[in-house]
Amino acid sequence: MDFVPTPSQTVGPFFRIGLTEKYSKPCIAAPQAKGERVGLSVRVLDGDGAPVNDALIEIWQADASGKYKHPDDPQSKTSDPGCDGFGRLGTDEQGHCQFDTIKPGRVPGPGNALQAPHLNVAVFARGMLKQFYTRIYFAGDPANQQDPVLALVPAERRETLVAQSDPTQPGFWRFEMHLQGEGETVFFDV
Amino acid sequence: MGPSTNERSLITPYRRHAAGTQPPAPYEPYKSTIKRSPTKPLIFLPHTLSEVTGPLFGEDAIAENDNDLTRHYPGEPQGERIIVTGRVLDSNGRPVPQALIEIWQANAAGRYRHAKDQHPAPVDPNFGGCGRTLTDDNGSYRFVTIAPGAYPWFNHYNAWRPRHIHLSLFGRAFLTRLVTQMYFPDDPLFPYDPIFNSIPDEKARQRMICKFDMETTQPQWALGYKFNIILRGPEQTPFET
Repeated sequence: MDFVPTPSQTVGPFFRIGLTEKYSKPCIAAPQAKGERVGLSVRVLDGDGAPVNDALIEIWQADASGKYKHPDDPQSKTSDPGCDGFGRLGTDEQGHCQFDTIKPGRVPGPGNALQAPHLNVAVFARGMLKQFYTRIYFAGDPANQQDPVLALVPAERRETLVAQSDPTQPGFWRFEMHLQGEGETVFFDV
Repeated sequence: MGPSTNERSLITPYRRHAAGTQPPAPYEPYKSTIKRSPTKPLIFLPHTLSEVTGPLFGEDAIAENDNDLTRHYPGEPQGERIIVTGRVLDSNGRPVPQALIEIWQANAAGRYRHAKDQHPAPVDPNFGGCGRTLTDDNGSYRFVTIAPGAYPWFNHYNAWRPRHIHLSLFGRAFLTRLVTQMYFPDDPLFPYDPIFNSIPDEKARQRMICKFDMETTQPQWALGYKFNIILRGPEQTPFET
């Protein structure tokens, strides 16, 4: 027997009955979690700029100290019990969903360089035969300049990975995911 | 080296997929992919802690009977009762314990219990069509459900999906996440289904079809099917990046 990974297939139009109706998770970090609170709006748009109202968004992130709640994180610091690190929501009719979390700390990256604070994002939808992976960084963070992953991205496309803060609501961030077309979001081959 | 060794990014990267074993994006015969697929090349990402960690689940994620879809309502659902069982292994052949598996499916008549499903087939008041379970230490799982019906969709003229069960799996890492569909042996709709045929490699495509299994079949009660699922596994040796 060989052990070639099972192929991916689309999540389809009816995933809500099996996934988000049973287990949605807008809160990635509890109110008592350490760190700067972040409200995050994610909006998904297709190649025509139309909202994708049947996407599933999953987020995985480190706590405020840059530690993942996972045994394969070799850093000696302990993870914050208030920060679960995982979020999952389906998009609404406007292609939108909203998470409640904290800004993660910097985690180690390639070559011993620290990565800038970022959220790891997977998007699934009808019309996608497999999930696409992207990242959300935070506009204005000086660490973005040294981030080893952003450095892999052509300079003119880096902005597509950066959430913008809402000037009218402190602590609230917006991220638009363009699946294709003008301002197409960068997706990664992981 | 020195005192900061523990803080270094000592990680084991995961194996990459072999060509043809996963679906492309877009895949023109499946029309909804056309406006929902990136047109620019994906950027190759060497694995960091962010990719090789991910959410883990425990027994508190599931409740009694979550893996028996025939027992979620007071009455018995209509249709053919089946047992679906198998193991979740990684690409090194090692079992994946405590993997969360979530499933959803149409009922025996080919109808989902979903507000947007307009197929004129009856909803079964005793069948919700969704379940979940965790694999045991051996990577094994088991569901009891009803064989789903085929159903029409709007992709092309006279389009019908082969009978299938949707599965979603969380393994050990964010990059081992898998959403797939399990098909049944000898379905006459296979040649016409663009979703099934989106996998270029014939052998890989066949891995999405479960096998009838007499040992799993229970006398006077239910037919049994075996379906093993392979998730990406780590490369064998950890190295320091």
